[in-house]
Amino acid sequence: MIQGILTASAAILSLSILLTLFRVAKGPSMPDRVLALDMMGINLISLTAVVSLIQDTTAYLEVALLLGILAFIGTVAFSKFIEKGVVIERRRD
Amino acid sequence: MKSNDVILQTVTNIVLFIILMFSVFIFFNGHHEPGGGFIGGLMTSSALVLLLLAYDLETVKRVLPVDFKHVTAAGLLVAVGTGMGSFFFDAPFLSQTYGYRHFPVLGELELATALIFDIGVYLVVVGITLTIIQTIGEDR
Repeated sequence: MIQGILTASAAILSLSILLTLFRVAKGPSMPDRVLALDMMGINLISLTAVVSLIQDTTAYLEVALLLGILAFIGTVAFSKFIEKGVVIERRRD
Repeated sequence: MKSNDVILQTVTNIVLFIILMFSVFIFFNGHHEPGGGFIGGLMTSSALVLLLLAYDLETVKRVLPVDFKHVTAAGLLVAVGTGMGSFFFDAPFLSQTYGYRHFPVLGELELATALIFDIGVYLVVVGITLTIIQTIGEDR
């Protein structure tokens, strides 16, 4: 019962990642793609949590936190590149 | 065009300490569970990269006046030093040992000399990553 529900939710999350991948490929503008990549990272966090429940282990819980941090930093870097043209400024004025 | 990054900077000031605490946790976690010096160093350097993104290179250099090439050198020195240290006990190069000690507040802890080698790995990873990022960020 529980295993079936977990497998179904993993399948739904995978489907959601696939649909997000369509937005990454098709997205008319750059912010669409960045936002789709961010959403893909968050779906990956959920998928990691579901997989760790399916395999009945706590070894993946750090991976979820890690993916959250990396998705945040990546999105901030992409946003700054789109907004200002540089990722790391030498001196802000 | 002047821009105002007040939300990004406020969020960075809070999130930075969460990431640093997570990196320290994952560094000490590495002996029995997933983690270790490499991923801990990468997390610390990603926290500092977030600081570089929210502020600029010169502010970060003023806040953190460290030459990261020296950090890399210190890490290599620590890693080689743990290898050489085993010579003093008539053991082969890079021999590791562990023991249990009682501490006043923390209680009984397992101390392993592999941790000192891991500190070397941590320092090398932080130093190399931030040297690469600062060098790339500096040129136009």
